[in-house]
Amino acid sequence: MNRIDNLFQTKKNNILSIYFTAGFPNLNDTEEILLQLQNAGVDMVEVGMPFSDPMADGVVIQDSSHQALLNGMNLDILFDQLIKIKKEIRIPIILMGYFNPVFKYGVNNFCKKCVSAGVSGVIIPDLPLEVYLDEYAALFDQHELYYIPLVTPQTPDQRIAKLGMKSKGFIYMVSTASITGSRPNLENNHDYFLRVRKILPETPLMIGFGIQDSNSFATANKYANGGIIGTAFIRTLKEASMKTDYKEILSHKIDAFIQSIRGN
Amino acid sequence: MTKSNYNINDAGFYGEFGGAFIPEMLQKNVTELLDNYLKIMSDPEFKTELRTLLTDYAGRPSPLYYASRLSAQYQANIYLKREDLNHTGSHKINNALGQILLAERLGKKRIIAETGAGQHGVATATVCALKGLECVVYMGETDVKRQAPNVARMRMLGAKVVPVTSGNRTLKDATNEAIRDWIGHPEDTHYIIGSVVGPHPYPDLVARFQSVISEEMQEQLLSKTGRSYPDAVIACVGGGSNAAGAFYHFIDNPDVKLYGAEGAGKGIDTPETAATMAVGSSGILHGSKILLMQDKYGQITEPYSISAGLDYPGVGPLHSHLHATGRATYLSVTDEQALQAALQITRLEGIIPALESAHALAALNMIPLRKEMNVVVNLSGRGDKDMDTYTHYFGFDNEQN
Repeated sequence: MNRIDNLFQTKKNNILSIYFTAGFPNLNDTEEILLQLQNAGVDMVEVGMPFSDPMADGVVIQDSSHQALLNGMNLDILFDQLIKIKKEIRIPIILMGYFNPVFKYGVNNFCKKCVSAGVSGVIIPDLPLEVYLDEYAALFDQHELYYIPLVTPQTPDQRIAKLGMKSKGFIYMVSTASITGSRPNLENNHDYFLRVRKILPETPLMIGFGIQDSNSFATANKYANGGIIGTAFIRTLKEASMKTDYKEILSHKIDAFIQSIRGN
Repeated sequence: MTKSNYNINDAGFYGEFGGAFIPEMLQKNVTELLDNYLKIMSDPEFKTELRTLLTDYAGRPSPLYYASRLSAQYQANIYLKREDLNHTGSHKINNALGQILLAERLGKKRIIAETGAGQHGVATATVCALKGLECVVYMGETDVKRQAPNVARMRMLGAKVVPVTSGNRTLKDATNEAIRDWIGHPEDTHYIIGSVVGPHPYPDLVARFQSVISEEMQEQLLSKTGRSYPDAVIACVGGGSNAAGAFYHFIDNPDVKLYGAEGAGKGIDTPETAATMAVGSSGILHGSKILLMQDKYGQITEPYSISAGLDYPGVGPLHSHLHATGRATYLSVTDEQALQAALQITRLEGIIPALESAHALAALNMIPLRKEMNVVVNLSGRGDKDMDTYTHYFGFDNEQN
């Protein structure tokens, strides 16, 4: 069974997913960060595939992508890193990024590598559902790779229903009309959250964009199965990386961050 | 009627290029535009208002000028389509006027735009002043510095110019930032894209607004040469809007040779180039599948050209398709060649061209010409904004020159 399905079948609420950019702060931090997140009790991890032109991202994720590329990160290296720790990973791994690097890598080749690296799904914001269905759905199905769609406050009801029907795993509910790293008041959009839930009563929903602390994570849990945190976590990594004893404190910093979100 | 092989299909593709590769956050804005643009553009009231503005405000039709001394030099009949004489100094006003009327009819209150050389930014700031709409222009910090007069013009027109500090701080980065703004403003904002790039329907929309260039050429050529089409059209290509407009009505006529001149920077065998056709491959950027300058892993290569308007790592889907099918020929013109061509036309015809347009003029040296040939060069913009570059390069601040 796909690990994403397994997760949402065994846990209905308080699901925490963390995003970080592969290759940031250092090229070879990917493995340690992933394992530490798993140890800290994170339910799912979204590993960012850095891109030179991240058009839906705010400054923090832009900078982390830029640094990761300067560090030499690419898809071959990322797959090698994931394969290395595959046996130790029990939680679902999702790759998230823009379409061009995947397209250039070859979508077929990419899907195969995802399987061998233990990747359960992908989030590619600029690969819209229509193109995915026309050109890539068969390939993804063949590799049991899930295409996770986004919905936004502006997505019409019919389209929400279609996105729910045509995708697998869960729906990424973008909290507000913005790029990543914004700090909206999530409660302002509760009508939207309830609308999506009403249209898709059975589909696992995760809220992302603007989740940064235990309060906003609690709001996400109120309206969805859980929340996704990216920018706030990357900021934590960046702060840790500026310390001289970075290697020693990294795991502690990650633990402390996750605890602060879980509120225990 | 048989459909042209060079037209866009229902999904927004020219052959394999185009489409709308956009995040869900942009679906509403783009779908709204897609559902309405053809309807609005075919409305007689819209057409009349646009026609009136193009004539009385922008100064169209732009002249088609027979350049006799240039013709003697190249031993062919060279005509210049004088887009440089338009209000605001380039072809960009054609699209900006069209899109502001479109935005108005879509009920938008706020306009955003990206700009490279600042020509599109100035055109957008101008039409926003004309219509009393809020205007925000994103411009790479590098370009803010090298095109300072245009920055001042935009600000005088009331636009907010936001210097962009990501990437190489040029056109690509300005476009990223404009898209980010649009994601954050899904209700009240229209994004006036300046070139034939971006998600469907932008490439088609912008090409239609620029097609007035070749539409006028047809009539002007008929009265000047007795034939409504030339033997060849030459235009510079960054994203490709002036070339799209200059090619538009000739694309289905195999007797017309189409040439695009790209900014080769310091040469296509150096990393400092913006000649996408020469060094690029298929990929997805800014919402459509196009030819792109990228590395093995699909990371976009930072382009370079002396001309801010050509300093873009992709070419729009129409041109990508015209290139792939061999319908149009794209030539690589270096900084040096463009500068020399700029000086040549200035001294032969008394016209100081924009650096972008100088690339099209330089292409005259690269194509087969014959005495009886009628060739139209699209002079897309005037050179006022580039005087610093010309002055510095040719030493016009020195009395000896």
